[in-house]
Amino acid sequence: MRRVNLWLVAAVLVVAVLPLILPLPRGLAEPFAGADAQAQAAITAANPDYQPWFSPLWEPPSGEIESLLFALQAALGAGLLGYYLGLRRGESQRRKPDSDRARLDAQAVDAHD
Amino acid sequence: MHIMEGFLPPIHAAAWGLASLPFLVMGARSVARVTREHPRAKLLLASAGAFAFVLSALKIPSVTGSCSHPTGTGLGAILFGPSVMAVLGAIVLLFQALLLAHGGLTTLGANIFSMAIVGPWVAYGVYRLARTLGGPLSLAVFLAASLADLATYLVTATQLALAFPDPVSGLLGALTKFGSIFALTQVPLAVIEGLLTVLVVNLLIQYSRDDLDELAFAPGVVR
Repeated sequence: MRRVNLWLVAAVLVVAVLPLILPLPRGLAEPFAGADAQAQAAITAANPDYQPWFSPLWEPPSGEIESLLFALQAALGAGLLGYYLGLRRGESQRRKPDSDRARLDAQAVDAHD
Repeated sequence: MHIMEGFLPPIHAAAWGLASLPFLVMGARSVARVTREHPRAKLLLASAGAFAFVLSALKIPSVTGSCSHPTGTGLGAILFGPSVMAVLGAIVLLFQALLLAHGGLTTLGANIFSMAIVGPWVAYGVYRLARTLGGPLSLAVFLAASLADLATYLVTATQLALAFPDPVSGLLGALTKFGSIFALTQVPLAVIEGLLTVLVVNLLIQYSRDDLDELAFAPGVVR
């Protein structure tokens, strides 16, 4: 199972990095722009009269602050997910009689006798 | 898949909000039921939300030369059923609308509909179908998560086409235009989301079989 998981991580990395290595499609205004922003540009291009009727209550004052908040979002999610998996892994190892921890505990008991 | 603030005409914004509302109410009741009936699985529910939190923060390059992000809503949908994800997905979208100016309050209903409703229901349907047809667990999980991801972006493209039909080629022309921006870009990202969801399910089976048993998820599948 561990080997399968390593291959899964490797495959994810390949699919994510490949677009950076492959030649870019021609005629891009800005390489690797966000799809959301492209859709917004397409709307404005086809409907020059459209005025957004509401604007965000608050916007990150700079690209740095924006990337800070995106990093925070990812960190919070990854932190909780990692906590959960670590907790359950610890629990399952403590229960397994053949785990290293159980063996060490047993040796400690033997040493006392 | 985030439709920017103010970029849906008021009627459309209101209609998608109304369409999402019953799913949110149903979702809130599902969350309450899960926490009441399976208190042990509460932390797993939070982790499914956390998975959507991480994945939707990651903007990943695609072969089309643009960037987009996965949604992470398939995992929770196959573990807990699709309705809880309406609430968890809405929390993610609200965070991004308020703090990142990504998406928006007026487009929240439309964005919830694509990412937190259609995506999870597609994941759930695909997962059940693949398992009923005897497909192996990993394949079912992969297809569920990646097709949910794609479906979310197809819904976004449709929502924009409905609001902004092309002056010349009409609704279909607009659908092709927005579809080519979103759907094509999303294909490699959907693959990534599928692979990562299989990875997390593998880890859950390995370390958290008790929680999965509590939810009657993939009974009998062990490491």
